Amino acid sequence: MTTDTRARRIEAAGQPTHEATAGQTIGPFFAFGLKYDKMHEVVFPHSQGAIVLSGTIYDGAGQPIPDACIEIWGADTDGSISRNRGARRRDDHTFTGFGRSFTTDEGAYDFWTRNPGPVDGKAPFFAAIVYARGLPHKLHTRIYLPEYTELLEQDPFLASLTPEERATLIATRTPEGDLVHDIYLQGEKETVFIAF
Amino acid sequence: MAEPTSTPAAPETLLASPDMPTQRQINEEIAELHAAADAREAAGETVLKTLYDFKPYRSSILRHPTKNPRLVDPETIELWSPAFGQRDVAMIESDLTLQHSGEPLGERITVTGRVLDSWGRPIRNQLIEIWQANSAGRYIHQRDQHPAPLDPNFTGAGRTITNDNGEYFFTTIKPGPYPWKNHINAWRPAHIHFSIFGTGFTQRIITQMYFPGDPLFALDPIYNTIRSQKDRDRLIATYDHDLTVPEFSMGYRWDIVVDGPDATWFEPEGAH
Repeated sequence: MTTDTRARRIEAAGQPTHEATAGQTIGPFFAFGLKYDKMHEVVFPHSQGAIVLSGTIYDGAGQPIPDACIEIWGADTDGSISRNRGARRRDDHTFTGFGRSFTTDEGAYDFWTRNPGPVDGKAPFFAAIVYARGLPHKLHTRIYLPEYTELLEQDPFLASLTPEERATLIATRTPEGDLVHDIYLQGEKETVFIAF
Repeated sequence: MAEPTSTPAAPETLLASPDMPTQRQINEEIAELHAAADAREAAGETVLKTLYDFKPYRSSILRHPTKNPRLVDPETIELWSPAFGQRDVAMIESDLTLQHSGEPLGERITVTGRVLDSWGRPIRNQLIEIWQANSAGRYIHQRDQHPAPLDPNFTGAGRTITNDNGEYFFTTIKPGPYPWKNHINAWRPAHIHFSIFGTGFTQRIITQMYFPGDPLFALDPIYNTIRSQKDRDRLIATYDHDLTVPEFSMGYRWDIVVDGPDATWFEPEGAH
């Protein structure tokens, strides 16, 4: 959880020799550049185990953001991490784990996906990245499943947060078995974002 | 907090605030924020390359987190990235001048470079997606209101997969500078948007490539969300005459370095 760990890792691999390229905003007109068929269908809709993960992305005034993009990347239900190609050209049966969704005029995003299972005994989550017009750089976050209460309690990162902060990272399960998770870029309910 | 409404926020081209600042005011704000970031760094703070809280870019005001991102160790899924391959992209998608029946107007260019990790190792099989304005500075997006002509022979979106040497190649048209309503007489320097994944999800990056010698660099709040001159310089492609194809296209070279990967940073057994 600390920079010390990162420093130790760098030590193990040697000092980086190349400075990373800095990120920039996705801008207002990304849709025609990043859109592709079935991009939000990580799994085929209504296939076995398929759920909807949806939510709304808000700004600091509580207004929905209509020009944001969110990407998710998650393990399969058995905890395996897909190495399958084809996330950009869906064949409707291969699980690739990756999806992309643009928010609607109401700030809403949605994915068809499956519940990730625990990997290495850790509490399962979707890795998520948010981009938006007006957001100078990507924002990483995690979307944890509300089940696995024991694993959530044992997680050192979640334990380092206040209950309010923790709540911004855990999705809500609907009676239908779907997941709902809103993201706040700013404000009272500001989502916890992460860097590595 | 205000009750959310369904009113969509307009993109930059439609936003004209009643109290639009001048370019001079924007320049002063940029200089102050760069100086403040330098001071924080000098005081020992780790300051990110891109500043999230950057008022000169007006639409960032309500869209940046007020808390610093929490530094975490990447784990499980974050140490991997979606796998892409030739199957995901058709060869022709890397040539933006061939997507219509006619030739687009403007200066034909080739843009090439390598995708590297923090140790300079090339990354192969990387999906790169690009999008840009046409030679007149107009985006095909329906909400772009810039009164410059659309080009029926140019869309401005392309993609490719890096080869075994981590190299990518695009043929396109040099985009024009682009006006927006951030402040009075605001113009974006010509740029191409780039999206790259890396071998770990932590490396995912969306950024913009610029062209050498653009007089708009110092005036652009988006370019200047990157706080250090060295990092800003790294977003500028190099003109390479050896890449220029006689009587056909101008050549530009631009390498992209993704941060990490963390997956190679595993500690040796028992090392602490």
